Amino acid sequence: MALSKEQIAQRIAQELQDKWYVNLGIGIPTLVANYIPKGIDVEFQSENGLLGMGPFPIEGTEDADLINAGKQTVTILDGGSLFDSAMSFAMIRGQHVQLTVLGAMEVAQNGDIANWKIPGRMVKGMGGAMDLVASAENIIVAMMHTNKKGESKLLKECSLPLTGVGCVKKVVTNLAVLEIKNGSFHLLERAPGVSVEEIEAATEGTLIVEGEIPEMQL
Amino acid sequence: MINKVVKNAEEALKGVENGMTFMLGGFGLCGIPENCISELVNLGVTDLTCISNNAGVDDFGLGLLLQKRQIKKMISSYVGENDEFERQMLSGELEVDLIPQGTLAERCRATGAGIPAFYTPAGYGTEVAEGKETREFNGKMYVLEHAFDAQFAFVKAWKGDTAGNLIFKGTARNFNPMMAMAGKITVVEVEELVEAGELDPNQIHTPGIFVQRIFQGSAYEKRIEQRTVTSKS
Repeated sequence: MALSKEQIAQRIAQELQDKWYVNLGIGIPTLVANYIPKGIDVEFQSENGLLGMGPFPIEGTEDADLINAGKQTVTILDGGSLFDSAMSFAMIRGQHVQLTVLGAMEVAQNGDIANWKIPGRMVKGMGGAMDLVASAENIIVAMMHTNKKGESKLLKECSLPLTGVGCVKKVVTNLAVLEIKNGSFHLLERAPGVSVEEIEAATEGTLIVEGEIPEMQL
Repeated sequence: MINKVVKNAEEALKGVENGMTFMLGGFGLCGIPENCISELVNLGVTDLTCISNNAGVDDFGLGLLLQKRQIKKMISSYVGENDEFERQMLSGELEVDLIPQGTLAERCRATGAGIPAFYTPAGYGTEVAEGKETREFNGKMYVLEHAFDAQFAFVKAWKGDTAGNLIFKGTARNFNPMMAMAGKITVVEVEELVEAGELDPNQIHTPGIFVQRIFQGSAYEKRIEQRTVTSKS
C-alpha cells in the first residue's frame, strides 16, 4: 500500500534528531509536527517570525496575530520567541536551522528542486523556499512519487523553473525513501507492500537499487 | 521629544501620488496596514509599485488595490491563494517581480541600513539570478541583490508612542520593522497610541527615529486567512 500523506509525515518525523531546529513547509511537511518521536526535543521555526511553534489553538482562543507561514492560526510554546522577517532568514541562511522539510513539484537526480511555478499556468511564488534550500544542511522533500497524471516527479532533469540547484539529499514519497548522491536516486526503503518494480516504474530518473530493500517501519 | 503624530490616515498619506513606489508591511493578512490601504483606495492613486510579501486576498488587504487596478507592479515573494493576483499576473496586466522571501526582507533592511547591495545564496542557479552578478565565497555561489528605493513605507504596529517608537505583537511583526527603516516617509498606524514615556524603552522593537508619521488606527478587522483550531474536547 502506498503511504497516505499522514504516513509520509510520520516517516519523515523519524529523521528528526534531538535538539534540532526545524522548518516545515506548507502541506505534508506541516503534518510532521504531529509525529515527533518520544524522548527528543525539537523546535519548529516558522519563517514569518516564530520559533517554538505549537499546535493549533483551542477553538475560541485563535489569534489573528499568531499564524504560521501557511497563514494558519497556531500557538507558541513556552520558551518560544518572536522576531522579524530579516532575523528569521538570518537564522535560515546562517544555518542555525538544522532541517528543512518542504514539498516539490519535481526533484532531479542531481538534487535540483522545482516547486514554485508552472510557466503560463500557475504561479505560487517561491516564498521562503529559495532561501531555505540554498542554505539548509539537511533538506528532505515530502511529496507524492507521481503527479495527478501519473507522471514521475523524480526526474533526470527538472523541466520546471528551479527553486534550488543540487540541494536535495533525501526524498520521502508515498512509495519510497530515497537518497540523492552521485547524481542518482538511491532506494533506501519501500512503502509497506510496494515492490521495487513499482518504484522503478514510477521513477524517471536513474534509480540505484542495492541489495535487499527493507520496508518502512511506521 | 519629536512629535510624529498626525490626525488620521488622510493626513498621514499626504504627498502620495500616482506612480510612486510603496512598501507595505504584513505577511498574508497578518500585520497589514489596513487603514493606510483603505485610504489608498479612497485616494484612487494609480500606477503604483507595491513592495509587499503578499498581495492580500481577493477582497481584503492589497487585493483591494488590485481589484481597482491601482497597482502597476508588485514586488512580492508569494502569490499563494490570491486568484485575482495570479490572474492579472498570468494575463500580463500586472507586472510582477517575485523574489525569495529572505531576499525581500534583507533588501528592505539594507535600504534602511545604508547598504546598497549584498550577496545571498538564495536563488543562485534559478531564474531569480538571471542577469545578476554572482560571486564565489568559500566555495559557494552567491547572488548580488540591491536595496530598494521607496517613497513611502506603510507599517502596522500594535503599540506606538507619540515619538514614533513601536512595539509589534506576535507574528504581525514580520516585514514591518525593516520597512519602517526603509521608507523615505514611514507612515505607521497603531492599534494603541500612547504618550511618550508610557512604553518601556527596553521593549521597543523599532525606535522612533525611523518613523515620520504615526496615527491611531481604527476599525481593525484583522481577518484570519486560515482559521485552524483544535476542538475543545
